[in-house]
Amino acid sequence: MPNVEQELRRFVIDNFPFGQVGEGLSNEDSFLDQGIIDSTGVLELVTFLEETYEIKVEDEELIPDNLDSINRLVKFLERKLQVSQ
Amino acid sequence: MCGIAGIVNLNGQPVEPTLLGRMIERIRHRGPDDCGTHTDKQVGLAHARLSIIDLAFGGQPMHNEDKSVSIVFNGEIFNYLELRADLLRRGHRFRTQCDTEVILRLYEESGEECVRHLNGQWAFAIWDSRRERLFLSRDRLGVRPLFYSVADQTVMFGSEMKSILALPHVSREIDPVALDQIFTFWVTLPPRTTFKGVRELPPGHSLTVQQGRITVARHWGLDYEAGGEDAADGARTEDEYSAKLLELLVDATRIRLRSDVPVGAYLSGGLDSTLVTALIRRSTGASVKTFSIGFDDPEFDESRYQNEAVRFLGTHHQDVRCTGADIGRVFPDVVWHAERPILRTAPAPLYILSGLVRKHGYKVVLTGEGSDEMLGGYDIFKEAKIRRFCAARPESRLRPLLLKRLYPYLGNLQSQSGAYLQAFFGARRDETGDEFFSHLPRWQLTSKLKTIFSDSVRSQIGAYDGLAELRDALPAGYSGWDGLCQAQYLEAAYLLPGYILSSQGDRMAMAHSVEGRFPFLDHRVVEFAARIPPRLKMRVLNEKYLLKRCAEGLVPPSVRKRAKQPYRAPEGKCFFGGARLEYVDELLSPERVAQDGIFNPATVQKLVAKFRDGRAVGIKDNMALVGVLSTQLVVDQFIRGFREEFAYAERRAGTAAICH
Repeated sequence: MPNVEQELRRFVIDNFPFGQVGEGLSNEDSFLDQGIIDSTGVLELVTFLEETYEIKVEDEELIPDNLDSINRLVKFLERKLQVSQ
Repeated sequence: MCGIAGIVNLNGQPVEPTLLGRMIERIRHRGPDDCGTHTDKQVGLAHARLSIIDLAFGGQPMHNEDKSVSIVFNGEIFNYLELRADLLRRGHRFRTQCDTEVILRLYEESGEECVRHLNGQWAFAIWDSRRERLFLSRDRLGVRPLFYSVADQTVMFGSEMKSILALPHVSREIDPVALDQIFTFWVTLPPRTTFKGVRELPPGHSLTVQQGRITVARHWGLDYEAGGEDAADGARTEDEYSAKLLELLVDATRIRLRSDVPVGAYLSGGLDSTLVTALIRRSTGASVKTFSIGFDDPEFDESRYQNEAVRFLGTHHQDVRCTGADIGRVFPDVVWHAERPILRTAPAPLYILSGLVRKHGYKVVLTGEGSDEMLGGYDIFKEAKIRRFCAARPESRLRPLLLKRLYPYLGNLQSQSGAYLQAFFGARRDETGDEFFSHLPRWQLTSKLKTIFSDSVRSQIGAYDGLAELRDALPAGYSGWDGLCQAQYLEAAYLLPGYILSSQGDRMAMAHSVEGRFPFLDHRVVEFAARIPPRLKMRVLNEKYLLKRCAEGLVPPSVRKRAKQPYRAPEGKCFFGGARLEYVDELLSPERVAQDGIFNPATVQKLVAKFRDGRAVGIKDNMALVGVLSTQLVVDQFIRGFREEFAYAERRAGTAAICH
């Protein structure tokens, strides 16, 4: 999902201006470790996912394993979109 | 309450009186009722007076009979009647009824040791002409401000930095390390201030100038050595602690009502200010004049509890509603008075509130400040306790869920999973020994904002390590204190004077010539509270447990039992979405941000775009926006041009005496 990856990158870089790396964010960088996302940031991110990709993120899915890097987000989205198809 | 300023020429030259006038004119809002200056040899003193005690004869600078000792004083000595009676017995004679003269006589009696006898809030300067010695002193907890500067063989001091910055000797320049500290701790670590050339005399310190030598020394410090054991008083029961605390608070309130003008109170709707109001009523037997602020936004509004307190205590109440637009409108004035970047808008409603007080003809208010620090009220104390509990069993999935109990008013947090809560607040088992354990999450979160600094500011900050500086400044014995006491110390020694009592306290009240008085900061209360066992301050997760016991029957049960709600105000959105604020557009424009050189223009634009588009914004966005805007306002008002007008010029023109 190359487009999705680009969209996610753009969203993260534009909406979380306080990351250490900015445009240099790699797909493996942990948002938590990089200081990109705080407790409200998770909510922003989930709102973006739900609105852009028309999915519903369940409470138990709100875990770093699903949401804490570009790659994890891409994989999580792949799973969700398969289920919803 | 007043403003003071002064100059010492280390080269022995006489002081130019016009310079004194220039300094004191800058802070006439602190003392619109009268003013005066005095020069003697190489020293000049200036004073702006807000008349509160001995209205007719309390003018300053004040001198002894042969004018060999002169004083300018900002503050109140609440035990002045007792000290005066004692001095009379020792043969001193008084010409006024003023607390100022009590300090003067006490200095004649016991020299610089005089401060040990004072119960109050002060910043004063005494010129001892015989010894050719200048003595500056600041109260124990930093209620009253005092800044100084040394340049070109001249020592300058004043109640606010703007009086010092008004002098030609002093360069007006932002200190990048101060920015680093504010964007970590929310405060500068004294003696550092926002400005390179100005220093803050730390709370509980004195400064002397004699024969060209400047000495700064501590006269008091907060000590939790006995915290929890209370060896000095022997084992007390909970009832005894509660009774003693109440007894001290009753007396602390009683002596804070000493005034020749009427005294009112702030009523926030919380436990502390409600209890203070109840104690005023108990002391005077009369109805109390109370003031409070309400918000249109229910997230911040506490009117319901304020009204319950008003009904329960039968006060004469005035309130003012505050909107986001109001905050946006007054913010430049707020920063002018605060004299530093701030990360929260919370000072702005307090600025509006002091305006209400003044409008109703009051000059003095009692408030509940200090209670959360001294008696264990802040969420950060609870947060640290839960984090310790989590760190003891890092594999537990349930323990982090306790963190939700902490911040019931933060909707976002309520929908977080345990895994994320653990990630945001979690601690490894080995971190629990860190001396800053309680504050690391806050400081680490705030430090993330520093990526918004320009490359130039970041390179000037270089490898500077604020935590290391703070660690070096910790008192001996700190590492052995109980965890709650350590956290209390960090709040009481830094955030309290550096932000709560200054940016939210003195500077916002004095902007409208209003004096705050704080029973919880009576040093007898503070010293006793430091010996209360931590388990009685925070009972499991019940904050201010002992104080709540004290307040039983004195405040409405609903106020006593309500969940703690920290005082907060609408943040970044105040500056967008309503009527366009010209100063916001100008100061946050990419051109201006680039010219001023403090922040990265591209990052600021991303941040501003989030607010302008109304996209969801989080804690960090809000702190960053308010931090950037206030810093830009500091640059605009203090560096680019030195603001010539005064916030309340019209009132000044009408009533203030001209200073000669």
